[in-house]
Amino acid sequence: MREENARAYWAANVRLILTYLVIWFVVSYGCGILLVDALNNIHFFGFKLGFWFAQQGSIYVFLALIIMYARSMNKLDRKFDVHEE
Amino acid sequence: MDVQLLTYIFVGVSFALYIGIAIWSRARSTKDFYVAGGGVSPLANGAATAADWMSAASFISMAGIIAYSGYDASVYLMGWTGGYVLLAMLLAPYLRKFGKFTVPDFIGDRYYSNVARTVAVICVIFVSFTYVAGQMRGVGIVFARFLEVDVNTGVVVGMAIVFFYAVLGGMKGITYTQVAQYCVLIFAFLVPAVFLSIMMTGHILPQTGFGATMLDAAGNDTGVYLLQRLDQVVQDLGFGAYTDGSKSTIDVFFITAALMCGTAGLPHVIVRFFTVPTVRDARVSAGWALFFIALLYTAAPAIGAFARTNLIDTVNNAEYEQLPEWFYNWENSGLIGWMDKNNDGRVQMSAGDPFKGSPTFAGSRAEASGEYGQRVVTNPPADNASEVYIDRDIIVLANPEIGNLPAWVVALVAAGGIAAALSTAAGLLLVISAAVSHDLLKKTMMPTITEKQELLAARLAAVVAILIAGYFGINPPGFVAQVVAFAFGLAAASFFPVILMGIFYKRMNKEGAIAGMLVGLIFTFCYIVYFKFVSPDLNSAEHWLFGVSPEGIGTVGMVLNFVVALAVSRVTAPPPEHIQHIVEDIRVPRGSGAAHQH
Repeated sequence: MREENARAYWAANVRLILTYLVIWFVVSYGCGILLVDALNNIHFFGFKLGFWFAQQGSIYVFLALIIMYARSMNKLDRKFDVHEE
Repeated sequence: MDVQLLTYIFVGVSFALYIGIAIWSRARSTKDFYVAGGGVSPLANGAATAADWMSAASFISMAGIIAYSGYDASVYLMGWTGGYVLLAMLLAPYLRKFGKFTVPDFIGDRYYSNVARTVAVICVIFVSFTYVAGQMRGVGIVFARFLEVDVNTGVVVGMAIVFFYAVLGGMKGITYTQVAQYCVLIFAFLVPAVFLSIMMTGHILPQTGFGATMLDAAGNDTGVYLLQRLDQVVQDLGFGAYTDGSKSTIDVFFITAALMCGTAGLPHVIVRFFTVPTVRDARVSAGWALFFIALLYTAAPAIGAFARTNLIDTVNNAEYEQLPEWFYNWENSGLIGWMDKNNDGRVQMSAGDPFKGSPTFAGSRAEASGEYGQRVVTNPPADNASEVYIDRDIIVLANPEIGNLPAWVVALVAAGGIAAALSTAAGLLLVISAAVSHDLLKKTMMPTITEKQELLAARLAAVVAILIAGYFGINPPGFVAQVVAFAFGLAAASFFPVILMGIFYKRMNKEGAIAGMLVGLIFTFCYIVYFKFVSPDLNSAEHWLFGVSPEGIGTVGMVLNFVVALAVSRVTAPPPEHIQHIVEDIRVPRGSGAAHQH
């Protein structure tokens, strides 16, 4: 039982990580690099959008991802009863 | 008060602060020395990680690189922050649960092999030394320019300060001085940025300011976006547009990936997460670290755009004799050189280097000055209209002067530059000393030594490391700038994959890990050495493998590491039962307190 619980916890964690890594990839490698020329046709305040993602936006999203992951994991730790005392 | 006196006061006060903290936080055990007793709060660890991570390069050079290369510099902005996402989700929490002192510790234990441990120790030492030499040099340069002492004296003073708190306090001393250093450096970086932003666009936040419309000298809105104008101005001078890149997409992609994975794999960053009390704290702490780093990293591109605009407006086509004071000061330091190719007494900027490399002068200004009083540059001129060399490193240091900011801001920037260099140097030196005393001596060569002896060995190793780093600071090997690619490429090609697989793939065994690490390392090492040292003239896109530059090759090395490790582990015996239990254990947070008591 304990082993099954640990396995389910790990699977949930890996799912979470993969979801967040997809977002991580899309904002940096996607918007900031691969699609930068297309996005640069769109203007966002005084920025070209692709340029903004490469020099500003991706960093904000990275920070949001770490905060969301830490929160989600705190919940997951409790749900599977593996949290620290 | 004049700038120099203010600088002495600011730097002196910050040094007194660091020494005070060092005395207050002396290390009494190896656990104190290696991981600050494991009781650092996530917030403090976040600030310390940020200071540890942001080196003289981040503080002094990055905004200048952005100013000169525009979009192309995005690789650094994304690469050096995106790595923290990997660290927070893939490495830090599990390594904290594992609860040992060093990165080679994890590799040696997880792969039940002293060969793996020794390979890791060699990588740690190599990566850390290439990095630390530049820091000491940075300290020296700041001293030379702002306090008008010799560069070498500056290096020695810097060494003495680091010596004091790193040897005395170990990780504990370093952690709390790094928190103080973070405060100094971020304040010093942001104050000029905010000033410039208000002056040029009326925005308090530089992050929004560089996307806003510009103000004219009287403070009225011109209605022209700063970036649009900058694009226009640099294109008129013959450069590519500031917001467009000149590097190929594939190269940008690979460099960014190498920097991200390298960041996540750098030992001096990873060990910071061994100092927090719980797994939960390790995750939170990564968030704080990136928050503190992002304050600087989102302001840097704004400074880059402001500085480039200001620089062109002030210098281009201006009469040499009418230029502001800072231009002559930095010319005296040899970081600016002007060659009046068309003999009109005006400074012309345009695309292309005015001459090859950095300027060499016929003598000091008093000994050899040209028609307009300029220092005479002796380099053979390049065949273009470009007349002025401005070292990109001075963008941040000279920004307060270029923007005409008050003297205390200039002094603050000097203290900030020194704080950035010292904090990173100390973190690296500690990693080197721990690798020697803990991994080489205690775990491999002399397992019988007592804790007291190990602590003494750690302190001695730190002393030796400081002396070597100081030597490199005073006699910089010509290749320092070229080997930065090494640190990230090697970390990405060696540590990142082995640690990741050690956590996420239970079946990975020592044969796979060692083979993967060696292949990744040797491939990356040879590629960089070949293009940087053996045949530098071939170092251009048409000769590169898949069009990937030496800066980005670590990504290819990393992929090779993964492939080789997986293949070899399939055909060799699985790791022993107890190793599989270790892996199961580090995946679960509960019990992290016990893991630290070993």
